[in-house]
Amino acid sequence: MAPIPGSGLAKGLAVTLRTMTKKSHTAQYPDVQPELPPRTRGVIGLFEENCTVCMLCARECPDWCIYIDSHKETIPAATPGGRERSRNVLDRFAIDFALCMYCGICIEVCPFDALFWSPEFEYAETDIHDLTHERDKLREWMWTVPEPPALDPGAEEPKEIAAARKAAEKVAAAQAAAAAEAAEPAGQAPQATDSTPAAQTDTAVAEQAQREQAQPPQAQRPAEGGTE
Amino acid sequence: MNDVLDVAFRLVVVFAVFLVLPLVIGQTEHKVMAHMQGRLGPMYAGGFHGWAQLVADGVKFAQKEDVVPANADRRIFQLAPAVALLPYLLVLVAIPIGPSEGAVGEIVDAGIFFVLAVMGVGVLGSLMAGWASANKFSLLGGLRTAAQLLAYELPMLLAAASVAMAAGTVSLPGIVNAFEWWWLPWQIVGALVFFVAGLAELQRPPFDMPVADSEIIFGAYTEYTGLRFALFLLAEYAGIVVLCGLTTVLFLGGWHGPFGAEGLGWVWTLLKTAVLAFIVIWLRVSYPRLREDQLQKLAWTTLVPLALAQIALTGIVKVVNS
Repeated sequence: MAPIPGSGLAKGLAVTLRTMTKKSHTAQYPDVQPELPPRTRGVIGLFEENCTVCMLCARECPDWCIYIDSHKETIPAATPGGRERSRNVLDRFAIDFALCMYCGICIEVCPFDALFWSPEFEYAETDIHDLTHERDKLREWMWTVPEPPALDPGAEEPKEIAAARKAAEKVAAAQAAAAAEAAEPAGQAPQATDSTPAAQTDTAVAEQAQREQAQPPQAQRPAEGGTE
Repeated sequence: MNDVLDVAFRLVVVFAVFLVLPLVIGQTEHKVMAHMQGRLGPMYAGGFHGWAQLVADGVKFAQKEDVVPANADRRIFQLAPAVALLPYLLVLVAIPIGPSEGAVGEIVDAGIFFVLAVMGVGVLGSLMAGWASANKFSLLGGLRTAAQLLAYELPMLLAAASVAMAAGTVSLPGIVNAFEWWWLPWQIVGALVFFVAGLAELQRPPFDMPVADSEIIFGAYTEYTGLRFALFLLAEYAGIVVLCGLTTVLFLGGWHGPFGAEGLGWVWTLLKTAVLAFIVIWLRVSYPRLREDQLQKLAWTTLVPLALAQIALTGIVKVVNS
């Protein structure tokens, strides 16, 4: 059937009228902060406690926008007669955000989880030279790094939790075996013994998890990529 | 002495309305258009939802340098905004908003003639601007304005004539006094023709071919800046007020309403005018600009025949009724 003449005109009017009754899409940015997704690529934060000055990030950076200076320090031998150890100390870590193209390769390659994406984006400067941000600023941005998003339902278990569970289960099994051995001569009911190892397993896992949590958030990093 | 005071008072009131209502419509357009496009529109000027945006715009325009192009016809160029704006002020004087003596600036016996003739003068402002600017885009805009005026003045007059026939008078208060509710379906075609032709005469979208900014920059107003440009804009919005007021008075029964106390008729007039102004804005947001040939075709092959048919219908009903 041919459309009624003028129905298009009416449709046009209906569209604008319907849009008027709906909520507008304007983001009132300086007044209202935007709600950014957790993996927003705003700025790169440096968790310098984790940095070993391996220089991988600087070498992988396609823009050569990461500056790293370091020196070597010797640590006296831990035991008498032992060998002295040397270690790298970070002197300067700077990222030139005028060059950075936010590819995130540095974050991907960092083997020690020292670099993170932060959703912070309000670091515009009036001079392009001021866009080279030094380690103190990069460290400050670490505080704005959000927790990694929770795993999808049914996702593979995070590796460190799996490892912790395996260890805890081994201990529990050993204890249960020991308890069963001890209980058998006494002729006790098996139900009573069952509950203790289970409780122990729980605490073991919790302890392990706490130990992992003690160094946030790098401990959670593999969890984020658990499905890889 | 009392007469002088009375006249002065009426003129002051009309002038105040002339300054306030176009701004109100302009602000409404800002907001309605924004929300129809999923935006918020002005939010800062004045603090509350940008109510003072047009005041701020006015201040900005007043601060700008008043440039007259070197090759322009200086006098005509400077005079054009006034010619565009003042006719609408004069028309506003004659539009009655209530049934009483005090609700109209000045009762003109041949109201329709006066109003339509003076409204036609307003378009001359654009013509003068287009010719005097010494700019080919302005000239194109001016010529398009002239073509549009020629095409749309005729159906507008015919539609108005139909109402005058129905009422048996050309006085605006007389027409509203004679209004009955069944005139609405009777004159509906005339009303549509009048409103559409009026829109075209105001060069409002979708009939904004003379100022089509993507083709001829801003038509006749290309060379204008500052206060003179602001006057042209004000003329456009004053034109909306006048067109909506006239349509209300001629076709929608002015101060007649289904209910309401005596003496509150002016509320009805303003309400109907406001609804029509909203429709003007709504049309602007919804429809793309007509091409020049479509514009002419609409006027000559649709609106003029429709207006003539309306006159015939009015005549038949009038003869049968009497």
